[in-house]
Amino acid sequence: MENKSKLSILTNGLIKENPVLVLVLGTCPTLATSTSVVNGFGMGVSATAVLICSNIVISLLRKVIPDNVRIPCYITVIAGFVTIVQLIVKAFAPALDKSLGLYLPLIVVNCIILGRAEMFANKNSVIDSALDGIGMGIGFTITLVVMGSLRELIGAGTWCGVPVLSRIMPSMSIMTLVPGGFAVYAIVMAFVHYITTDKSTIRDSFGCSDCAMQDDCVDGSGCASKGEVA
Amino acid sequence: MAKYVTIIISMVLVSNYPLAQFLGICPFLGVSKDMDSAKGMGMAVTFVMVLATAVTWPIQQILNSQGIGYLQTVVFILVIAALVQLIEMFMKKNMVGLYKSLGVFLPLITTNCAVLGVCISNIDSGLNYPESLFNAFGAGIGFLFAMVLMAGVRGKLVDQSRIPKSWQGVPIVLLTAAIMALSFMGFGGMFS
Repeated sequence: MENKSKLSILTNGLIKENPVLVLVLGTCPTLATSTSVVNGFGMGVSATAVLICSNIVISLLRKVIPDNVRIPCYITVIAGFVTIVQLIVKAFAPALDKSLGLYLPLIVVNCIILGRAEMFANKNSVIDSALDGIGMGIGFTITLVVMGSLRELIGAGTWCGVPVLSRIMPSMSIMTLVPGGFAVYAIVMAFVHYITTDKSTIRDSFGCSDCAMQDDCVDGSGCASKGEVA
Repeated sequence: MAKYVTIIISMVLVSNYPLAQFLGICPFLGVSKDMDSAKGMGMAVTFVMVLATAVTWPIQQILNSQGIGYLQTVVFILVIAALVQLIEMFMKKNMVGLYKSLGVFLPLITTNCAVLGVCISNIDSGLNYPESLFNAFGAGIGFLFAMVLMAGVRGKLVDQSRIPKSWQGVPIVLLTAAIMALSFMGFGGMFS
């Protein structure tokens, strides 16, 4: 970890190790709170605040905490910060508190935070851990805002409450409901896989032997005519 | 009695935790690769949910009577973590058979948001003690049901279909979950 520059630690969480899309951590809050841009952003910022604070504290305590009981210690630290964030949101943004509801206290079991404590903060210096927290938090927030934008634009026709698409097309409220959440998450994740993997290998898994239709297919002429088989 | 049956059916079908409320998605995606681990995880979660509710509901009453209800999150997660640890130790010593089938899943359950979720939502929706227990049991059975369904679909997906490379792995599972969630929406009007 020593040779890693500070900048690469910070940008690691954005795409390369994006907590939601690549590491597949913190799926529950991602799906539940990305119904609109404002909810997604609120959740992202709350989780980022907890993530940065807990990373710093756990990194400070990494030589004090005995290895055997580290998980309970991490959970206690995280739960303390979650309670602070919960009380702040309740006091200053009651509307957000209402729409996030149960998912605000559930930040405590968000696997991103415990995962980063376990994978990064207990092995690295305070500054690196803080940068990692910021990078991961921003990656999480951006993902939530992107998914929130897609779901709000298609599902309600608005963006941050401003009517955009609702003037030209009827809204499909299924996108703000549960199936839309799963579907948008699947599409965004497949898109990230598509742009991060080498495109020349994408068709490699295809061929007549892997084809689901091979029983009905005579000589592969159907696929060959479309250029899918070399 | 009818009230409790209603609670269980509505938790299993109408407000199924993974498919209608986005709780417990991590194990739902992670442990549903084969049928045996899906069943084991589902049963372990049901067991811990009921026990955790049985313990945290009285604790919340104590916290409220002392005027420190805001410590809910910290106290609940610590109680659940300690409880899971105790169950694991107890099972290892006294119920070896059960430990072999459920034991490996127990440490994962501490950070399963469905368990903490059911404890907090029981308090938030103001259920009394027996209602909370039935609610937790129904939530667990619903989770088991969704896990078993998903494991069945995934068995077919891996063996028999041709999935585009960028959709392999988690994306196709999420899309499957989307279709399952769509069909679970059909139960929506049952208890309105």
